[in-house]
Amino acid sequence: MWLTRPLQERSTRIFLGVLFAALAIVSVLHVFMPQDSALYVSAYTVTLLGKYLCYALLAVAVDLVWGYLGILSLGHGAFFALGGYAMGMYLMRQIGDRGVYGDPILPDFMVFLNWQELPWYWLGFDMAWFAFIMVLLAPGLLALVFGFLAFRSRVTGVYLSIITQALTFALMLAFFRNEMGFGGNNGLTDFKDILGFDLRTDATRLGLFIATGIALAIGYVICRGIVTSKLGRVSVACRDAEARTRFLGYRVERVQLFVFVVSAMLAGVAGALYVPQVGIINPSEFSPLFSIEIVVWVALGGRATLYGAVIGAILVNYGKTVFTGIMPDAWLFALGGLFVLVTVFLPKGIAGLLFKPGKSRDASNTPSAQEAAA
Amino acid sequence: MSTSKLLGRALFACFLLWAGDLLAQTEDAEAHQLLTVLAESSSTQKKAAVLQIAGSGDVRSRGWLESFANNKLGRIESSGQFIIVLENRGRNWTVESALTGENLGEISRRDIDTVRVNNALRNELEGILSVIDLKSPEEHSRLTAARALKGSVDGTLAERLPELMNDEKSDAVRAALTEALAIYKVEEQGDVAAVATLSGSLNSEARAALQQAMRSDDAALVAAATEAMASIEQKLTLNRAAETLYFGLSLGSVLVLAAIGLAITFGVMGVINMAHGELMMLGAYTTWGMQQLMPGQPGLALILSIPAGFLVAALAGVAIERTVIQHLKGRPLETLLATFGVSLILQQLVRTVISPLNRTVITPDWMSGSVMINEALSLTLNRLYVIGFALVVFAGLMLIMRKTRLGLEVRAVTQNRAMARSMGIKATKVDILTFALGSGVAGLAGVALSQITNVGPNLGQAYIIDSFMVVVFGGVGNLWGTLLAGMALGTINQLLEPWAGAVLAKILVLVFIILFIQKRPRGLFPQKGRAAEG
Amino acid sequence: MSIFQELTNRDQVFEFLTPATSPVDVRHGPILYLEDVNVSFDGFKAINNLNLTIDDGELRCIIGPNGAGKTTMMDIITGKTRPDTGSVWFGSRHNLLTLSEPDIASLGIGRKFQKPTVFEALTVFENLELAMAADKRVFPTLTALMKPEYRERIDEVLEMIGLKELHHALAGILSHGQKQWLEIGMLLMQKPRLLLVDEPVAGMTEQEMERTAELLISLAGKQSVVVVEHDMGFVRSIARKVTVLHQGSVLAEGSMDQVSNHPDVIKVYLGEEA
Repeated sequence: MWLTRPLQERSTRIFLGVLFAALAIVSVLHVFMPQDSALYVSAYTVTLLGKYLCYALLAVAVDLVWGYLGILSLGHGAFFALGGYAMGMYLMRQIGDRGVYGDPILPDFMVFLNWQELPWYWLGFDMAWFAFIMVLLAPGLLALVFGFLAFRSRVTGVYLSIITQALTFALMLAFFRNEMGFGGNNGLTDFKDILGFDLRTDATRLGLFIATGIALAIGYVICRGIVTSKLGRVSVACRDAEARTRFLGYRVERVQLFVFVVSAMLAGVAGALYVPQVGIINPSEFSPLFSIEIVVWVALGGRATLYGAVIGAILVNYGKTVFTGIMPDAWLFALGGLFVLVTVFLPKGIAGLLFKPGKSRDASNTPSAQEAAA
Repeated sequence: MSTSKLLGRALFACFLLWAGDLLAQTEDAEAHQLLTVLAESSSTQKKAAVLQIAGSGDVRSRGWLESFANNKLGRIESSGQFIIVLENRGRNWTVESALTGENLGEISRRDIDTVRVNNALRNELEGILSVIDLKSPEEHSRLTAARALKGSVDGTLAERLPELMNDEKSDAVRAALTEALAIYKVEEQGDVAAVATLSGSLNSEARAALQQAMRSDDAALVAAATEAMASIEQKLTLNRAAETLYFGLSLGSVLVLAAIGLAITFGVMGVINMAHGELMMLGAYTTWGMQQLMPGQPGLALILSIPAGFLVAALAGVAIERTVIQHLKGRPLETLLATFGVSLILQQLVRTVISPLNRTVITPDWMSGSVMINEALSLTLNRLYVIGFALVVFAGLMLIMRKTRLGLEVRAVTQNRAMARSMGIKATKVDILTFALGSGVAGLAGVALSQITNVGPNLGQAYIIDSFMVVVFGGVGNLWGTLLAGMALGTINQLLEPWAGAVLAKILVLVFIILFIQKRPRGLFPQKGRAAEG
Repeated sequence: MSIFQELTNRDQVFEFLTPATSPVDVRHGPILYLEDVNVSFDGFKAINNLNLTIDDGELRCIIGPNGAGKTTMMDIITGKTRPDTGSVWFGSRHNLLTLSEPDIASLGIGRKFQKPTVFEALTVFENLELAMAADKRVFPTLTALMKPEYRERIDEVLEMIGLKELHHALAGILSHGQKQWLEIGMLLMQKPRLLLVDEPVAGMTEQEMERTAELLISLAGKQSVVVVEHDMGFVRSIARKVTVLHQGSVLAEGSMDQVSNHPDVIKVYLGEEA
């Protein structure tokens, strides 16, 4: 089975081991350490780490398409944000009559805009199962339509990058409009609870952190399953010699579409887990800068490794937290410098430094090793 | 009607009757006396003084009244000498004598007593000045005055107008006066015959008069006015279309300016330079810097900014090429990321070194204002200059690419790098020069943008996606395609704006391009042949 | 024909060399027809009224000076380039002009590029695995398992192309000649009805050329093979029927001796080997 294959390879086992150990340690330190202990992990830190894990899942999604398919998406922030908005809409409906205006149905911003009834696309979001399906469906559908059009006409390389950037830019402009019914500038915020749990309690925060960790684990295994399957090798083939792959009888555009949609859905899940933890979703998540930042996390960690994406996402965002705390002006210099340094001097990223060059593809990836494992 | 207004009208009528030709020059003593009355009379009596001056027939009277209206007529406290303020910036004002016109140099503003004018009087002064102008020997002044009369003719003036029209030699002035009179007749007398005169007029006062006529009880008048109105509407629609086209072309030429540098670096070299927008920003800041260096001469600074902006951006471009891009040859996606990093650094650099706030760039006098095509359509000069500038830059680039050695070498390297090298072309040198050229053009775009938009650290970001869209839409590596695509996108955007709103128009254009790329992945003018395959 | 048939008999051993069952209708003789095909790039006529027929099981060599349109012809057959006018049929049932590249490949037309194109980031083994005739749709590919019989087939081809020792090496580190072999191996894995082979022996040693010649000859009969080649010695060693292309159309056709004595061919090749 393609999904269980990764569980038999060493690298995935190590990754999952480290991830679950980290989840366990943070949980234990948070719950059992006294608050004044040096080892105590505050709820703030737990949420911060949860945010990093969301970013890590997003980075894995980007690495899947960029690393293995050669598609540099500068619009993955859009899928992340769509997942986030789907979750945000659910959380808005959960507020019920506890909003400032106390309207049992309409969210505050709609009351403020004098709307009389809920727009049709808000219907159903009061049900968790529906909202959670939309978390996958909204980004998935956008990726499907956009990818279908783009890959069918063989738009690849820098063209595709520029167009994905235009896509997220257009969505950002659209979501900024109040008429869209997504809260305009301010976005969706003031959430109260999720699945009946109060979002402000430490226990809910820890729960969300653990859920994010599990989502990352599942997402990682799915991606790993794809890249170690024959389809994964076809993806690499598409990346390196698209025409040749076509002449072997593979429908390159369908391979690209499948992987792209899976990646968009994973990004949507990351966004959905991100929103309850940071407590807000607004159109700035659609900004082209955010999307291109994701790519740099992946580049720093190391393309086409998946675990590199996780390392890169956590490192850069930790750096961002530290930098913006002590010298906010310097952050853009640091980020800009990172873009230049990584692409010019560190094309294989941190993963390339950790493992000797030439062995960038681990041996467990070859069919014979899989055969031995199966 | 209040008594004071009645009195004003009566006085005005008198003035109209005995206002002679402006040829004579009264004695200085007499003139001084007139001005003293103006300066010393109370605000209610000032009007009488104004009419007296206007009726004096003194050639200088127009200048006095105009400066009076603009708060520029004054008296030196110590000597009582009347002066006109030429320049009122700073502590010391440059003045000239009101009587002799002799330049008196700079005088501390504390020593000057300005002759005060109130708003009511200032409004009336406009009408008075226009009648003086109707008598001016200059046709241009008479025309401006006649146009200003539309909608402000009153009974007294209406009686006087036929006589003035008889004396008038210029057809244009006479036509304007006829229309002014017709507006009065339709408005005040419901004159059906006068309606015909207004048919096809683009003047807003004429439309107001007709609309009023359409609401009257007189069926004949209503019918005539409705018909006249229809012909006006038709003409207005045309003019509005022309205006949209103008705005479209103006936005389009900005897009062309922004995109054409990209078309060179992206199209010719295959290099994605995400810092292109920031090079434009550098050009805009160069303009600002030049104006800081040359205070008081914004026009000259702007003209000097054209070469300076080109140079600054070109040098920055060469620096980027040497430090980053040349190490990433053949890796377009990495180039995109690295140059994006450069753009972040440049933005932050401007924020840190200059300011995160927008800077003001002065528009020189010869670029402000507008050209009036007719009464419903006037074209703002700065945009007209930008359109012209864009076309000149485009033509210049076209010449460089087609007619110079550099252009030839660039095209050779584009088509077959290895072959070009073996022919003795230094490909590295060509790369640097091409990049410098593309970046320099971005600088030029920045200079132009500084005249129509805010100059701030985000200037580049606002244009980068649009300009990439233009290049992609037009077809990579095709300058004509860039020109056409830029103009087309600008116009489409402006066409959509009235009914979709600015933001939605922008979104629609982006969606349109995304869909267009599906149909024609290589743009409007694709490169053909085997080189473009695979 | 008889001696070649003897040679081909040997191939019965190799199960993978028998063509995959394809619905190609060759009852009316030829497997490939090109009729009145024209292609121009920016006014330059790359293919000019080209007419060409390949019989089922034939081994055809195509020669011609640079720019004669050989590669463009291959592009047309495999769906990469669409001609301006003309018709291209695979058997008497499939109009190739209406099909996409993957469709054409799935029908059973395999192609080896002029410049060897292998997947450099994949191992030799994986390159062959991807080429293997199989269900190439997305989901079957995702769930595909490496069955023992597939492994055997790959091992057999590895043996043939002499890359058994290197099957775990990344294709990117292979020498030029080894890449040529790998690509030929991929072609064999596809089990095509028609093989289009563009300059197969460039960069090969004399011995390797002999082995290639032997292989191509052995393929003919069961499969149809079209070889485009510059090396006249090599063409002479395998050729039964030769087509000379010049300026996008057929200049001469016949046996090697016939065409090399053809006055037009001599004129075109004046100063060249032929």
